Amino acid sequence: MRSARQARSGGTGTSVPVLLWIPAVVALALVVLPIVGLLTRTRLAEFPSLVTSESALAALDLSVRTAVASTVLCLVLGGPLAVVLARARIPGIRLLRAVVLLPLVLPPVVGGLALLYLLGRNGFAGKTIDTIFDVRIPFTTVAVVIAQTFVAMPFLVVALEGALRTAGERYEVVAATLGARPWTVFRRVTVPLVLPALGSGLVLSFARALGEFGATITFAGSLQGVTRTLPLEVYTLGETDVDGAVALSLVLVIVAVVVIAVARPRAVEGRL
Amino acid sequence: MKKLVAALAVAVLTTALTACGSDGEGGGGAPPRSRSLTVLAAASLTESFTVLEKSFEAANEGVDVKISFGGSAALAQQIINGSEVDVFASADEKNMAKVTAESLIDGEPEIFATNKLMIAVPPDNPAGIASFADLARPGVTVVVCAPQVPCGSAAEKVEQATGVTLAPASEEQDVKAVLTKVQAGEADAGLVYVTDVNSAADKVKGVEFPEADKAINSYPIAVVKDAPQADLAREFVKLVRGEEGKGELTKVGFTVP
Repeated sequence: MRSARQARSGGTGTSVPVLLWIPAVVALALVVLPIVGLLTRTRLAEFPSLVTSESALAALDLSVRTAVASTVLCLVLGGPLAVVLARARIPGIRLLRAVVLLPLVLPPVVGGLALLYLLGRNGFAGKTIDTIFDVRIPFTTVAVVIAQTFVAMPFLVVALEGALRTAGERYEVVAATLGARPWTVFRRVTVPLVLPALGSGLVLSFARALGEFGATITFAGSLQGVTRTLPLEVYTLGETDVDGAVALSLVLVIVAVVVIAVARPRAVEGRL
Repeated sequence: MKKLVAALAVAVLTTALTACGSDGEGGGGAPPRSRSLTVLAAASLTESFTVLEKSFEAANEGVDVKISFGGSAALAQQIINGSEVDVFASADEKNMAKVTAESLIDGEPEIFATNKLMIAVPPDNPAGIASFADLARPGVTVVVCAPQVPCGSAAEKVEQATGVTLAPASEEQDVKAVLTKVQAGEADAGLVYVTDVNSAADKVKGVEFPEADKAINSYPIAVVKDAPQADLAREFVKLVRGEEGKGELTKVGFTVP
C-alpha cells in the first residue's frame, strides 16, 4: 500500500497528504493568477517594439548589472554576517539578529530616506566622504547598488543563518578535534553543509534586488542609464503609457523566472 | 500526475468562480447605504481640498466626503478601471483627457485653477540660485520631474522657451519627490510648482523666474459619468469654483480664472 502510493507520487520520499493540496493550489493561484492578469493586458503584437525601446534596454541593462553587483555584495558581506550570527558567542547576539531583519519590515521608501540621511550630502557619513574624497553617492549607480543591497541582504542572512543553526556544530567540532584550523573547518565543513541554503538565499537576494523600487527612487533618484532600473522605468512609463509599463513589467517577470529557474534547482541540490 | 491534473482543475474552477463573482458585482451597482461623496484629486490639491471637504460636510448634513489624493495619472487609471467615483480633479488636462476619451465624464471638464513652476532651493540656497539660467551652471545639482509627469513636461516647455538646457541629476516621479531631495539638501535646486513651495515653506525657499509663464498648468475638474452621487458631485464642483474655493486655492498659491 505504502509503496504503491510512493510509486504514484513519483517514487521519491513520502507522498504529500491530500489535505495539503487544496491550500497549496490556492497559494499557487495567488501567485500565478496576477501574472496571468498581466499577460491578458499585454498586447503581444506590440511587445517587441515596446521592450526594445532605448529607455527599456537601458533600464534592463542597468537592472541586471546592479542586481548582480548587489547580490555579490550580499554574499561577500551577508554571508560572513550569517556565520557570525549563527556561531559567535557574544552578548547581545539575539538583539543583533533582530536588527539585521529591519530592512525587511521597514517600508523601502523609509529605508531609502535612512540611507539618504546617512550617506547623503548632509548625512553624517556622506558629509565626511564628500569632504575627504570629494565623492557624492546619491544620484549615482553606486547608490542603486547600496539601496538594493540594503533591502536584499536580510534574505541571504536569514536563509543562511537558519541553515547554519539547523546543521549544528557537530561536524565542525569533529573536524576541529581532528586538528583542522578554523578556516579549514569553515571552508571544508561549514560551507558545503549550507550550500543549498546559500544558493536559495542568493536567488532570493537577487530577486529582491531586481524588483527594488522604493529605496532606490528615494536614495538614488531616477535617471536613464544611471539610476533608472527596470522597476523605476515601469513606474515612469506608467504615467503616460500603461501598455508599455505592462510589457516592461513582463520583462522583469521573465528575467526573474529565468534566473530562478536556472539557479534554484542547482542551488537546492547543493551544486551551485 | 492524476493529482496534478485534479489540482489544475481546481485552480481553473476557482478562477472561473472568482471571475463570475466580480462580474456580478461590477454590473449590479447596488445603491450606497450612506451618502458619501468620493472625490479623486491631484496631490497638489491636498491642502485646499481638505479645507473645502470640511466646509462641504458642514453645509450638507449627513454627507461624508472622501477625498483620495494622488498622482493624476494614477487617479485617471483608477477611474478608467472602474472605481466608483463622483468627482475628478486633475493636475493637468492630459490626464483628464484620458478619462474623457473613455466617455467617463459627465459634461465638459472646467478649468478651476492654474499653477506654474518655481525653483525650490534649500533655505540657505547653497548654490546661490537666482534665475532659471543659474540651474544650468556647472556644479549645480538640479532635480526635476520626469517628462512623463505634468511638472516634468512643464519644465521641458520652459527649457525649450528659454533655450537653457538642464542636466538634471535625477528625473523624479512627482513634485513631492523633488521636494524631498531639496529638503534633504541633496539637490541645490528643484523645479516644482508654486503651491509646493508654499506647502513646504519652512523647509525650502522659492525662487521665482519670469520664464515660468511659458508653461502654465491648468487644473480641470469634472463630475464622473454615472456618479453614484451626481447631485452632490455638482454641488462640490460649484463649491470649488465658487468664492470659497477660489479663496482656499489662492491661499496656497494657485491662480484662479
